[in-house]
Amino acid sequence: MIRLTDLHKSFGNNAVLRGVDLHVPKGESMVVIGGSGTGKSVLIKCILGLITPDSGVIEVDGQDVTEADRDAFLARFGMLFQGGALFDSLPVWQNVAFRLLRGSLKRPKSEAREIAIEKLRRVGLSSDVADRLPAELSGGMQKRVGLARAIAANPEIIFFDEPTTGLDPIMAGVINDLIREIVTEMGATAITITHDMASVRAIADDVAMLHAGKVRWSGPVSKMDDSGDPYLHQFITGSAEGPIEAIR
Amino acid sequence: MSRLLAAIGATTLGLLAAIGRLALFVGETLSHLFRPPFYPREFGHALIQIGYFSLPVVGLTALFTGGALALQIYAGGSRFDAQAVVPQIVAIGMVRELGPVLVGLMIAARVTSSIAAEIATMKVTEQIDALVTLSTHPMKYLTLPRVLAATLVMPVLVGIGDIIGIFGGYLVGTERLGFNAAAYLKNTADFLTRLDIISSLVKGAVFGFIAALMGCYYGMQSDRGAMGVGRATKSSVVAAAILILAANFILTEAFFSA
Ligand SMILES: Nc1ncnc2c1ncn2[C@@H]1O[C@H](COP(=O)(O)OP(=O)(O)OP(=O)(O)O)[C@@H](O)[C@H]1O
Ligand SMILES: [Mg+2]
Repeated sequence: MIRLTDLHKSFGNNAVLRGVDLHVPKGESMVVIGGSGTGKSVLIKCILGLITPDSGVIEVDGQDVTEADRDAFLARFGMLFQGGALFDSLPVWQNVAFRLLRGSLKRPKSEAREIAIEKLRRVGLSSDVADRLPAELSGGMQKRVGLARAIAANPEIIFFDEPTTGLDPIMAGVINDLIREIVTEMGATAITITHDMASVRAIADDVAMLHAGKVRWSGPVSKMDDSGDPYLHQFITGSAEGPIEAIR
Repeated sequence: MSRLLAAIGATTLGLLAAIGRLALFVGETLSHLFRPPFYPREFGHALIQIGYFSLPVVGLTALFTGGALALQIYAGGSRFDAQAVVPQIVAIGMVRELGPVLVGLMIAARVTSSIAAEIATMKVTEQIDALVTLSTHPMKYLTLPRVLAATLVMPVLVGIGDIIGIFGGYLVGTERLGFNAAAYLKNTADFLTRLDIISSLVKGAVFGFIAALMGCYYGMQSDRGAMGVGRATKSSVVAAAILILAANFILTEAFFSA
């Protein structure tokens, strides 16, 4: 479904992606792990076309994304940004229902609001937050509003950039279950970025580890523990000793 | 020597590149004018923000300027016994030049800066990226409504500024300088031509376009972080002010040089 071939991206002389190959089959949940600053967020922004890669091919359904009709392409996607990226001038429910209030998916306001409140409930937020402004919510609540917005229009392909960062363990569990549910019940294809190994085990079908600008290891989550790869092993165990330097 | 030439060349290239980028930005903004979807609510919001909420600033600026202008013309005119021209010169000075230019500069200070800071913050906090992923074109959703609203509402603001400026001159003229009220108004009305008024409103539209455009352009170009937002805001106001003054010269030349 999503296939990346030899993707390169540098910012000035900071070569972030140096030949990434990745394949995510339809209906699968791929989790991308890797040290802070290894380019995970850059990777998914490249797929969405928010960052233009220097070279390499990105295909969705076998079609090169640079040749696809951009509006139709984006209509299939949902994205949770690492920082939430909520529109701070709009109340929470209008953030969630953004897509349903304008453009091709536009529907009556009351219906959009109902859908928004239902999505908020799914991320563990009660309807009282619906009319507040994003700035009036805690960091973890904002993250969940971002999540509700990402899934509001039932996209086929969803990217989650650190969905559980900043959440308490119980709420993190709820979100993990939700992501799993979206993939298994709605048949969505998901790429999730996370540092939380409990999340990885709860969400992933496949895992890819990004290191030094390339996919260092990828495979089914069941093979992760006995991969034999020292880099992956160090990352999973969170050990300071190993091939990955602690200062980056 | 060659280093000097290289520096000149680099500056020239940089300037040309900036003009090119700006031209592309203008082209892209205008290209959304006729392509749906449209965002009437954003447009209405921009009209109110740019038009209605600027009224106090515009009114006060024009009132004080008109009053000061009357005092100066009286003082200057009395040196060669021409005090009587106060109503005429206040009218022509306000309508042709000071009305549009001062309102334009006040809008650059008030509107350009707030647009630039808002859009730059949205850029820095990835809200612009989020718009794209929600199938909403940032130029269509953010830039076009603001630029369009400013272009349409600025002639109205300038018209109001002109009237209030003349009224400021009238107040000073009748209260302090001893002009007859009816004669003052008659002199003003007789003296102004249609071209004066049209030029004033056209200038308003052009300055409004420049002010909103610069805010959006620098906002969208903003670097990351708080410093990026600060720099975008500053550059947008400076660029808008200078371009407004330059455009004013060109328009004055076009309207009145014959
Ligand atoms: N717009 C940009 N301009 C310049 N450099 C950038 C930009 N975006 C990202 N980078 C750089 O790219 C590198 C990777 O950033 P990225 O945000 O993808 O990291 P990450 O893997 O998501 O890290 P984290 O786990 O901390 O979120 C960093 O060194 C960062 O400085
Ligand atoms: Mg990241």
